[in-house]
Amino acid sequence: MMYKLPLEQLDKFFAAIAKDETLYVPVDVENVGAVYQPWKEGTKMSKALNTLRSAKDFFFPQIQPMVKFRREGKKIEVIDDRKESEDFVIFGVRACDAASFDVLDRVFLADPVDTYYENRRKHSTVVTLACTLPEETCFCTSFGIDPAQPGGDARAWMTLDTLYVEPVTEKGTALVEKLNEVLTESDDKDVEQQKFYTHEILKHLPLHNLKPTDNREKEMEIFNDPRWAELSSHCLGCGTCTFVCPTCQCFDIEEFSGNKTVERYRCWDSCMYNDFTMMAAGTPRKTQKERFRQRFMHKLVYYPIKNDGVYSCVGCGRCLKKCPIHMNIVKVMKTLGLEEEE
Amino acid sequence: MQGELIKRAVGLMENGTVNRVLGWRRGEFVYDITPSVFSDKDDLEKNFVYNEFCGNNLSRYLVQESEKEGKIAVFLKPCDTYSFNQLCTEHRIKRDNVYIIGIECYGKTSADLLREKGISAILDAKNNNGTLIVETVYGEKQIPMMDVMAERCVSCKSKKHVIYDELIGEDGGVLDSHRFDQVEEIEKMTAEERFNFWRGELSRCIRCNACRDVCPACTCEKCVFDNPKSGIRNKGAADDFEENMYHIIRAYHVAGRCTDCGECSRVCPEHIPLHLLNRKFIKDYNELYGPFMAGAEIGQVSPMCDFTKEKDAEPSIVQKGGAE
Repeated sequence: MMYKLPLEQLDKFFAAIAKDETLYVPVDVENVGAVYQPWKEGTKMSKALNTLRSAKDFFFPQIQPMVKFRREGKKIEVIDDRKESEDFVIFGVRACDAASFDVLDRVFLADPVDTYYENRRKHSTVVTLACTLPEETCFCTSFGIDPAQPGGDARAWMTLDTLYVEPVTEKGTALVEKLNEVLTESDDKDVEQQKFYTHEILKHLPLHNLKPTDNREKEMEIFNDPRWAELSSHCLGCGTCTFVCPTCQCFDIEEFSGNKTVERYRCWDSCMYNDFTMMAAGTPRKTQKERFRQRFMHKLVYYPIKNDGVYSCVGCGRCLKKCPIHMNIVKVMKTLGLEEEE
Repeated sequence: MQGELIKRAVGLMENGTVNRVLGWRRGEFVYDITPSVFSDKDDLEKNFVYNEFCGNNLSRYLVQESEKEGKIAVFLKPCDTYSFNQLCTEHRIKRDNVYIIGIECYGKTSADLLREKGISAILDAKNNNGTLIVETVYGEKQIPMMDVMAERCVSCKSKKHVIYDELIGEDGGVLDSHRFDQVEEIEKMTAEERFNFWRGELSRCIRCNACRDVCPACTCEKCVFDNPKSGIRNKGAADDFEENMYHIIRAYHVAGRCTDCGECSRVCPEHIPLHLLNRKFIKDYNELYGPFMAGAEIGQVSPMCDFTKEKDAEPSIVQKGGAE
């Protein structure tokens, strides 16, 4: 069922949601870009195509405090100040980021369940927003994602004067039901028209025809390809691609320790780092070539093999924009023939 | 200019002066250029590119490249030559294994800078006498190059090549470009305002380490922040203090060695103006010890490594037996 509301009443819509729970919307921050911030009276939603950082931060934050220890004489106190998440709504998630939640779910919600992640997912309602002005770095369609028909608990479309909302899941339906004073039922004529236009634009994007191959048979062949050396040769070994990536999910557990206290926390880790998966015997990936290869093999080969062919890239294009040397998954796919021939 | 560079690079390979060339490789779009070592002439002719988007400072790569067999040619913009000299001073580059071609630079931009001005979905861009004509998915846009030039180029410190084996184009001079204006503004703030300013900036840090990994002054084999034995390793900052510490320690560590190339701010995915921390140190050096420019020549000694009682900027603080 489709619902609508005049765009000039968008604040009313946001206020109705924010009445009961925290609502996050993308907001433009000067000299920075679009950033999710809690909505309050007067907050102006960003018109940017996407946020600087991906929406994975809501469920898998960079830093997750786990436990604290405090020493007093011979006594050690163990402090578990874990807090359960409160209900919250994210509005304006794009199709790519929404698809990344499915990729993350397959990792964090598989046995053994990651209870930090699960807790946040349970308490969230994701309202997606269809794209209308995709960019040259977009290639979500390569992974079967339709930017004009995003996932999430409910999805929204914005035309010049109207917001359309369609609930998808039970959580989305519950949210829309609570908003019956601001939303009215509608047909989907304008939405269908917008989808048509967006699909037309997609055909003109330079990466539109990039399609990954089903490469399960070629796993070792790709692994041993000599061209990894050239592709990785100028990689700085920084973690930018992994940290802006909506599907990268590796983490480490670190401790911040003082004389009498220790804080143990979980933080994002990057397979691009030289101490990633460091073991007593050293690192299994000795040079940047092996580390670089791991990142793309994981996204394009290992993950799909283990997850019914689902790739662990959603084509959001953040790594294309942010890599200091502009090496990225698209160049890897094209060089190694991981794309289908035209 | 690109054609001239390619011709010269091919010439140097053909006459045996060098066996490979460090330059910029074209990407999928006009702007996504990758530093690259070319060892094949056909590859070079086809894929070498030099344009307004070639911002990367190539000097850092020479730490590894100059260790390899044979001589390598490199194209250095004026500001990159300062980094080169500094790395030679620190014995990180083998000078004899590098053939430097100095090239003119009129300032660089990036896709990110265009996007900030509302020009996105970039398909192509051409510089027409100082106007960037950008072809986008949604039609053609025009913008003066000056409006999208990187801050480090607007306040360019020097058009002079401080080292080269040959030049393509003309050499310029050291410029007075007001690069310390912003530092002065921050100095004028109250301590609390200043703290809040930097907290606002540094709180966005995602610790990707790109600023460190791209920095030509950060070439330690093992960074303290990666070393579990250092006691301060952190992959992610546990709190505000650690968030600040990483950047402050880094700024201190490169003080007197930083040439203000601005790569740290270029690569920061969160647009943190990291170069301002370094510029504060450079400004202090200039004021306390007299004009000093790291990388101006090979072998010069930084004021911090050249301590004498006479030159001590704050002689009253430390006395025999410790601080007062």
